[in-house]
Amino acid sequence: MTQNARSDLPPAWQVSVTQGKHVLALSGDWVAQSGRIPDFPPRGLAEIGSGQALAFDMAGIGRWDSGLIAFLWDAKRAASLSGIAIDPATLPDSARKLLGLLPERLAEPEAAPRRRFRPLNWFGGRILDVLNETGILSTLLATTAKGGVLALTGRARMRSVDLFANIRDAGPSALLIVSVVNFLIGAILAFVGAVQLRKFAADIYVANLVGLALVREMAAVMTAIVMAGRTGGAYAARIATMQGNEEIDALQVVGIPVADYILLPSILALVFTMPFLYLYGCLVGMLGGFAVSIAMLNITGAGYLAQTLDAVPLDQFVFGFGKSIAFAILIGVTSCRIGLKAGRSAADVGVAATRAVVTGIVGVIALDAIFAVLADVAGL
Amino acid sequence: MTETDPILSVRGVTLAFGPKIIQHDLSFDVRRGSIFAVMGGSGCGKSTVLKSMIGLLRPRTGSVLVENEDYWAGTEARRTAIGRRFGVLFQSGALWSGLTVGENVALPLRMFTRLNDAAISRLVRLKLGLVGMEDSIEQRPSELSGGMRKRAGLARALALDPDVLFFDEPSAGLDPITSSRLDDLILNLRDGLGATIVIVSHELPSLFAIADDGVFLDAETKTAIAHGSPSALRDHCPNKQVEAFMRRERPEALTAGKQPVP
Repeated sequence: MTQNARSDLPPAWQVSVTQGKHVLALSGDWVAQSGRIPDFPPRGLAEIGSGQALAFDMAGIGRWDSGLIAFLWDAKRAASLSGIAIDPATLPDSARKLLGLLPERLAEPEAAPRRRFRPLNWFGGRILDVLNETGILSTLLATTAKGGVLALTGRARMRSVDLFANIRDAGPSALLIVSVVNFLIGAILAFVGAVQLRKFAADIYVANLVGLALVREMAAVMTAIVMAGRTGGAYAARIATMQGNEEIDALQVVGIPVADYILLPSILALVFTMPFLYLYGCLVGMLGGFAVSIAMLNITGAGYLAQTLDAVPLDQFVFGFGKSIAFAILIGVTSCRIGLKAGRSAADVGVAATRAVVTGIVGVIALDAIFAVLADVAGL
Repeated sequence: MTETDPILSVRGVTLAFGPKIIQHDLSFDVRRGSIFAVMGGSGCGKSTVLKSMIGLLRPRTGSVLVENEDYWAGTEARRTAIGRRFGVLFQSGALWSGLTVGENVALPLRMFTRLNDAAISRLVRLKLGLVGMEDSIEQRPSELSGGMRKRAGLARALALDPDVLFFDEPSAGLDPITSSRLDDLILNLRDGLGATIVIVSHELPSLFAIADDGVFLDAETKTAIAHGSPSALRDHCPNKQVEAFMRRERPEALTAGKQPVP
């Protein structure tokens, strides 16, 4: 690449006529990264006239790399535009070979078709998308439910190894984060309650507040949010990566139903573990509330426990237990669906994981609101 | 340093993952301007040898010299500076999937040069033009076929006008015509840019067509068992296994007629 070792000369060019021949003479160093490569004007050869030939004089040239080729390509295109033949024999061997690889003209970049704003079309399209997605999710739900029933009778085409691996990931591995979150939530509830209830000398009712809030709402919702971020995101990313590696295609070709092999163990694992994580979360949360109450308030430990047992009837636990199963199904089905729908590139995996987490969290809270309304109507 | 010094030298290199030795005591020189082939059967560690040359895997022992400078002895900043003179075409292109083809080629230029946008887009068009992809500048990698991805990856490898180009299995997964076009392209780029090319491959037609020097790695003994150009190895190599590989025969077939098997 280094033709000549000498000091840096700026690249220069000139078209002249010597002995009746048009010659493009170049001199200086033509190094792309110097940023000094001149542009060859697209119409720079117009005055020569079509049918003429253009030769090159490279005698004055120093170091060069692809910067020179970029300039020569400009010249080649300009020559082709003006109907001038270039004489490649006057170029150095190497430059001629590279120039030979380059096309004589560039295709005009296609103007992107202007998208007209059609609100009705857009709205209709959205509605169709939503209906379609609802249908797919329902099918997925039905398949999983069927698979779940089959699994209970031991006839599912699911590998129990996968199920247990998923249960381990979704359950015991999540214990620490579920503990931390619920303990703190319980402590925060007790703290907020203590400050207010102390004013009325109703210290002992902190136990009611913490117990009911945790069992009815907070333990189920917080555990579900943690699981949406932790397990839902992981499912979506894993399935999206399998999509990118053509693993899903391979399953389909072999004839293994994707639902049985991937979706069922993932969703079932969540459905199995979430209610127990919820119960565990209630317990740890109450422990947090207990710790704060004992430290801040004028109540005994035994009194707090007795008040809690009295305040939280068993049907509240059943309500929370049922909710956490619903959350598990929601998180499992949506995150698997988002993974299956993902594109095949690395960026798509990130998009799928983000979308699964966001959908999971928003979905859990929305579903919880629906439950609250239903519970009110049913008088629970 | 003179023009005849090897641009790359591998001296007594041993590569290993944990306790598992991949290749040991490798020594070879890559001449400036040559097309050097790293040959060998599947799973013998060709790609691993390539990794140690492009800075992705530190050899257990030995050194890789780039123009007589020990690559792995330098600081990380120094290694980056040397590595900037390398261009690498990965096996399946390894295009960054979040960027368009044009942005893929532009990224190294944006990161490592002070060129303005116009100059960068001109060079991007040139590099894509050299590999015949100037129309795909706005496309996403996911929209490209395997061969186009490889060519786009090659354009990206060429972005910084590298002195040494590394190719990992350039013709793997390509049809014979596309593969032979890629061979021509490699030859033209070598002649045009004066770059040195190191190519890891077991595709015989392509090896015979372009490589003028090389080394043959053996999976059994885990070291180099022959040095020389692919055609020389085919015609004059005393090692039966290398000869068999180069002639696409099984080693038993060569020995069977000549001596009885005990």
